[in-house]
Amino acid sequence: MAGATRPQNRPLSPFLTVWRWHITMVASILHRVTGAVLYGGAVLLALWLLAVAAGPEAYAQVGWVLASPIGQIALYLLVASLAFHLANGIRHFVFDTGAGMKPVDADLTAWFAILFAIAAPIGLWALLSFGGLHR
Amino acid sequence: MNAPQRSMRTPLGRVRAHGASGQGTGHFIGQRVSAIALVVLGLWFLAAVMLEMHNPGFVSAIDFLSAPVNAVGVILLVVAAFYHMRLGMQVIVEDYIAKPSTKAVLLLLNTLGLIALGAGAVFAVLIVNFGA
Repeated sequence: MAGATRPQNRPLSPFLTVWRWHITMVASILHRVTGAVLYGGAVLLALWLLAVAAGPEAYAQVGWVLASPIGQIALYLLVASLAFHLANGIRHFVFDTGAGMKPVDADLTAWFAILFAIAAPIGLWALLSFGGLHR
Repeated sequence: MNAPQRSMRTPLGRVRAHGASGQGTGHFIGQRVSAIALVVLGLWFLAAVMLEMHNPGFVSAIDFLSAPVNAVGVILLVVAAFYHMRLGMQVIVEDYIAKPSTKAVLLLLNTLGLIALGAGAVFAVLIVNFGA
């Protein structure tokens, strides 16, 4: 190896574009993506707490952002990310015990986590809108 | 290896600090423990906000954070979440950032930034409850 010329554009390790997509891979990637999204969400939660402590004027701006379409979309994505990361995290707890690793089971639970992430924000929104919680 | 090198260093001394950091198990356990805490705290926070915050306004935010259970719960949530996400972001940085200096800066920011923001968030909850 010493002194050999390095071939250009040599792949170092296989990455996303190399693989045929399958559902457990999607779940794995989504777990990292939603984790990063929730990192942002937790930072926003901290900023929200700081705004509450800072007083009504500072809070008014935060409240305005939350109520705006962008804020509502962000909240929706945060709840969806939380739902996925939660479901898939529990899936990984099961994996830790050695169970659920058969392809059929792993595929099924991956689909469940993804569908749960889609359903959960819609369900919570419906509960808040029509559930009569705040009467 | 085969050349007779004159050195006072023992073979063990030469290989030390060239392997794994030896902190993987602690990372694994800390990540799982905080994950278990967050399953409870995350679900509780969603439910509590939905049930007790009647609107997104300032007064109801103060009301929510003034209840002792909510204040303690939110503080625990912030601490567990920040610890958990510090570990997660550390792995993401280590996976994707190869340049040692950039990696070191990002890991440092990840740790110190979250400690600073987390301390601020906890202090904010205390201020709401005990006044400025």
